[in-house]
Amino acid sequence: MSGVDTVTPVLGKDLVGLEHLSADQIRLILDTAEPFKEVSERPIKKVPALRGKTIVNLFFEASTRTRISFEFAEKRLSADTVNVAASGSSVQKGETLVDTAKNLEAMRIDMVVIRHPSSGAAEFLGNRIRSNVINAGDGKHEHPTQGLLDLLTIRDKHGTIEGRKVCLVGDVLHSRVARSNIWGLLKLGAEVGVCGPDTLVPRGIEELGVCRFRRIEEAIEWADVLNVLRLQLERMEMGFIPSVREYYRVFGVTVERLEKAPRQLTIMHPGPMNRGVEIDSRVADGPHSVILDQVTNGVAVRMAVLYLLAGGRPELADAAKGGAPGGAE
Amino acid sequence: MNRPLLLQGGRVVDPSRGFDQRADLLIQDGKIAGVGSGLGTPDGADVRDVRDRVVAPGLVDLHVHLREPGNEDVETIASGARAAAAGGFSAVCAMPNTDPVTDNQAAVGFIVRQSVRAGLTRVYPIGAISVGQRGERLSEFGEMASAGAVAVSDDGRPVVSSHLMRTALEYARTFDLPVADHCEEPTLAAGGVMHEGLVSTRLGLKGIPAASEEIMVGRDLLLADLTGGHVHLCHISTRGSVELIRRAKERGIRVTAEVTPHHLTLTDRACERYDPHAKMNPPLREAADVAALRQALKEGVIDCIASDHAPHAYDAKEAAFDDAPFGIVGLETAFGVAHTELVLGAVLTLPELLHRMSAAAATAFHLSGGTLLPGAVADVVVLDVGARWSVDATAFFSKSRNTPFAGRTLTGRAVLTIVGGKVAHDADAAARS
Repeated sequence: MSGVDTVTPVLGKDLVGLEHLSADQIRLILDTAEPFKEVSERPIKKVPALRGKTIVNLFFEASTRTRISFEFAEKRLSADTVNVAASGSSVQKGETLVDTAKNLEAMRIDMVVIRHPSSGAAEFLGNRIRSNVINAGDGKHEHPTQGLLDLLTIRDKHGTIEGRKVCLVGDVLHSRVARSNIWGLLKLGAEVGVCGPDTLVPRGIEELGVCRFRRIEEAIEWADVLNVLRLQLERMEMGFIPSVREYYRVFGVTVERLEKAPRQLTIMHPGPMNRGVEIDSRVADGPHSVILDQVTNGVAVRMAVLYLLAGGRPELADAAKGGAPGGAE
Repeated sequence: MNRPLLLQGGRVVDPSRGFDQRADLLIQDGKIAGVGSGLGTPDGADVRDVRDRVVAPGLVDLHVHLREPGNEDVETIASGARAAAAGGFSAVCAMPNTDPVTDNQAAVGFIVRQSVRAGLTRVYPIGAISVGQRGERLSEFGEMASAGAVAVSDDGRPVVSSHLMRTALEYARTFDLPVADHCEEPTLAAGGVMHEGLVSTRLGLKGIPAASEEIMVGRDLLLADLTGGHVHLCHISTRGSVELIRRAKERGIRVTAEVTPHHLTLTDRACERYDPHAKMNPPLREAADVAALRQALKEGVIDCIASDHAPHAYDAKEAAFDDAPFGIVGLETAFGVAHTELVLGAVLTLPELLHRMSAAAATAFHLSGGTLLPGAVADVVVLDVGARWSVDATAFFSKSRNTPFAGRTLTGRAVLTIVGGKVAHDADAAARS
């Protein structure tokens, strides 16, 4: 039992967001992800680091990429995993979030990965259960593992994050990816820009320490990296933009616009993409797109987060991936 | 009849006539019989030594939700009246968003009867402006007034139709009823759960902009000007609203306004850890708003403090921020919070605070009380303004515990609340039992 209740000093009990992590903690996660990348390249993609740990993926919102990425990360670390989706479960029968989690915990689990439509749901849960809680996206608040995998991808591509100019394009207002990116990038010394119509970029966002662009051409001229956010099509019905056609015309990331850039831009997108809405297919599939590298890195970053929260010692990550029991055992 | 009651040697503060002296106060036959020295001790009088205490008019709260009828698990008129008495209030006004809505004379009469049965703090009913609070047609103001309604309001819901608000202000004039409005432009506020600002951006919570309140404050002031009706603006929360009210008062428009203890003392930063007890409507605003509200209260641009006591079940508040209901309880912390933050914080003098919590409130809704003039009803509170106490929500007389002040150390509390000459709360007796 002693291993189960270990609270790791390196990250704390939960990973709720990047806002409250230090630069050192973020760097530690990225560094820990490095050795785990190689695990996914092996013919036998499994290490025993989390053998015997039970993890519940509790998804109150539809998700394909994030849920699968977490599940691969858990399985490649040899954890036992259960997926709970909100539909078809007791959640639909009116059970509260806390009751659901406490019932799961009564089955002696070690970690909960939660995706929830309400901002703050992960923190709320983390304050009420003993298991480690990992936020897989809470409302419009944060999506910390997405932020981390974006950081890792930028670091892979550019060698360092410090001093890079990264611009988030599109619906910053409703984007949890944007918030996690802003905090993570600023903490690691990047310059951060945001670009989009005023209906989709919160007023006063400059106070967070980011530059505000209203014209995509100016953002492209400024940036080293564009992280193009998904434009949820329901935003149009809600009146935030008049039409998809106009959005693409004014803010779309197109080959023509990128050709005028003074330097080669790295193109990122957290997915799922609306081709021809926020991003031109030729850009998404082009030579400077790292969109699929982001997906690959997602598994490694999530392995690192799971490993560290479970009490794994960062200096043993290399050994853990080599097959020796890590600190988590 | 109750025994005469002599409160001996206290600091008597009567804001209704600028009185602040060491004196005795004699209560007889439910009325203030005298204030001064050498009043004599009538036969059989209950004599209390209140030398280290402040004696003031019982506090008056123009805005509470007592949930009866309809949600008695959360609060009843009796439990609300008990909580009010413990907080030093001798009179409270109950908002009509009950289930069914208090929108007719029978429903108003029910509140009055339940209040009499409880026999504690007076609970005055506020009738709904519109039938079912649906914002469509006027309720019967005349009949509700004769049954005991002291004001009309659709609080909890804004009056969306400007035409309805206009006719309400006109029609209420006939019966000398204030029209109390919850100022919120619903299309701007839709889906919002906290103040729109940098904190809501960081938390990823949908904001309610200050303009949502100010648009309706502006509209109501224009309509009060148009109709000559008396508009009472509930729980004002923004500096912009303060400016609009200030200008309206300068122009002689008939407007009164209230502010809550929490809007005077907390900011949107209280939402930072997604604490559902920091979720209320109107939302907690910014430091500049708090400063403007304090100044407005000092100057009388805002007339009074009202608690907006809004009990909710534990389960309802034990939820993610988006899913929790708006509102907090306030009757048992209102004076302590206001005294600690405003008087000890050197914003108001004690007599100024007592004025804003009693006389000014009573005047706004034409209620008895709020004064210690001989002959007035004996609604009196005795306060220990030096008492330091820690807010323990589990010890509340209210049935609900949803407060953001739990665990706070406050200075100042009511020790004796007298309603119509009768003791409604006696902290020493409560502590003994």
